[in-house]
Amino acid sequence: MRYAGIDIGSRTVKLAVLEDGRLVLARKAVTSYNPLATARELMDGVEFTGVMATGYGRHLIKGHLDCPVISEITAFARGAGFFSHRCRSILDIGGQDTKAIALDEQGEMAKFEMNDKCAAGTGRFLEVMATALGYTLEEFSAAALTAGKAVNINSMCTVFAESEVISLTTQGVPRAEVALGIHKAIVSRSLGLLKRIAPPGEVFFAGGVALNYCVRSLLAKEMGRPVFVPPDPQIVGAVGAALCATGRQRAADAAGATRAGGVLPFSMDAGGKTTESRCWAPAASKTF
Amino acid sequence: MSDYRGMWTKLGLDLESHDALLSVLGGAYGDIYLAQKDRPEGMKYFDFVMSEVHGLRIKELMDAKAQGRKVIGSYCVFVPEELILAVEGVSVGLCAGAEFNFAGAEEVLPRNTCALIKSAFGFKLGRVCPYLEASDVVVGENTCDGKKKSYEILKPMVKDLYVMDLPQMKSEMGRALLKEEYRRFIGKLEEVSGRKVTAASMKKGIEIVNAKRQAVKRLAALRAADPAPISGLDALLVNQVFFYDDPVRFTESTNKLCDELEERVKKGKGVFPAGTTQLIVSGCPMAVPNWKLPMLIEGGNAVIVGEESCVGERGARRITETMGDTVDELLEAITERYFQIDCAIFTPNPTRVAYVQEMAKNLHAQGIVHYSLQFCQPYIVESGPVEKALEAEGLPTLRLETDYSQEDAGQLKTRIEAFVERLQKK
Repeated sequence: MRYAGIDIGSRTVKLAVLEDGRLVLARKAVTSYNPLATARELMDGVEFTGVMATGYGRHLIKGHLDCPVISEITAFARGAGFFSHRCRSILDIGGQDTKAIALDEQGEMAKFEMNDKCAAGTGRFLEVMATALGYTLEEFSAAALTAGKAVNINSMCTVFAESEVISLTTQGVPRAEVALGIHKAIVSRSLGLLKRIAPPGEVFFAGGVALNYCVRSLLAKEMGRPVFVPPDPQIVGAVGAALCATGRQRAADAAGATRAGGVLPFSMDAGGKTTESRCWAPAASKTF
Repeated sequence: MSDYRGMWTKLGLDLESHDALLSVLGGAYGDIYLAQKDRPEGMKYFDFVMSEVHGLRIKELMDAKAQGRKVIGSYCVFVPEELILAVEGVSVGLCAGAEFNFAGAEEVLPRNTCALIKSAFGFKLGRVCPYLEASDVVVGENTCDGKKKSYEILKPMVKDLYVMDLPQMKSEMGRALLKEEYRRFIGKLEEVSGRKVTAASMKKGIEIVNAKRQAVKRLAALRAADPAPISGLDALLVNQVFFYDDPVRFTESTNKLCDELEERVKKGKGVFPAGTTQLIVSGCPMAVPNWKLPMLIEGGNAVIVGEESCVGERGARRITETMGDTVDELLEAITERYFQIDCAIFTPNPTRVAYVQEMAKNLHAQGIVHYSLQFCQPYIVESGPVEKALEAEGLPTLRLETDYSQEDAGQLKTRIEAFVERLQKK
């Protein structure tokens, strides 16, 4: 039996298909101005028994595909269990939201925190700041990692922070130092949410911002704990939705099934060093 | 509607803005209230009140004024309606719940002022609130710093602003302050009305307000039933109308609604399926037409079974004991009643958490949504300890901070749905 999860986020749409507890397909596309068309494109030619929608556009899809929906918070809580059965603290930094989720001993969602309505400290914030400094997202993270020191970014409002960044660069501050300052600001903001609720142990880091090496290493350092990043941190919500579609199968069971399938993601130690293992590759993937 | 244009002009309303406001309000009411399924018949009265909220009710106020009665407007449940009734006055709530003319409000207030205060100023400066314009006296009160300082700015804008001091600690001195402030308020009411407060007039006032409170308490208790006989939105509306309507007619209408709800409970008839997740909303007041949060909650597979709020149980659950036969004894009884209100301006404020727990138990609620208005320091600061205490007692709590805008509806919906999903797993 194949079950799909579709996660319509603010920046990307993600599709995951599970078959007998194994991830057999993962696809992504930029959300665009027409998320429904993007979702349909992603699902084109994909076969499944049932589908569950999550993410900001879940209710839009629900109306068109007549499928059940689940909040992305539950989807991430569920999806995290698919990739790691150890983590009880989850941090998801997506396009317009930051979410911190705590799981109980049974792997069920116990508590969550989410950023306020502004885009401060989210993926969108990083994008705007990278542009202000003339970097691509990849260059932005790499440059921050080379900086010897960071300037302090005081403003967390996307609009004000942009002015602050421009003001700093006109003062002649090296842009790598500004870049590191921005990364530190994001991490400090996320930690504010995470520390309120995080149970002890490894932190599961998901969402598009988890692709950023600088944020990953700062997070591990500031938290003083190992940070686990799944092979594709953006697909976690879609996998969670697919798991929910599969039925009331426990995330823990699913994680077991995955391990049996020989999937070993990489993780990161408290020092922020990536401990590489065999990288997971989806049966079919689409990059953007 | 056109019948009232003369009256509105006389009150000094800006007819164009007022039309725009009424049209938005009417639209929202249709979408949020009238679209609900299986509403009790008894809600028709409240629909009527809302349809005439700036019409017939204002005409009644004008008629009362013509008979020499005074309209006393206020912004807080610490202002005793009993005393207003004791001088044959009409008490009206002035709190506003719409994001109207915030640009105007921000010309006189800092931007980081809470939506409730900004809305009151937006309505005043935009000249769209007939209740405010009809008020002979506007009573302010020293609750939070935002309101306290805003009254200084409001003073030159209204005919007669009277500010009442309030204690911030539940001490003997605090209680003495409240009693003396109420005594001073009696003096003010006597002065503007030309009527003397007597033990008999106070008793009459107390009886009328007590009956009104008993009626909403009866409604509150009926909401424990599963399936819920009435939506949280409708029950909130009753609690909102509580502040505007003629108290005797309100009491009758609410009791009639409760008779119907009792029948519903007996028959097991509800507005949501049995087993729907039951939530309590606790925190800041929700003034008309601030229906955003309840609409999102009840659109998200849950039903609100109680409001621990000034517009709800915090404001109305206590009854004034009519003990004593002198003005002073009755003043003591009123002080005793109001001094127990567990508003977050008090420090410390332990009875509030205890009461939320009691409500959750009595109403079989599975979780609490703590609602704070952005920039409302007392409730936001209290929300952390309240959440901790409730979670420690096994009551899952979701802390939300929002305002009167609609732009965060998506984020709120996500949180509410996730919270309900968390509860449904239990």
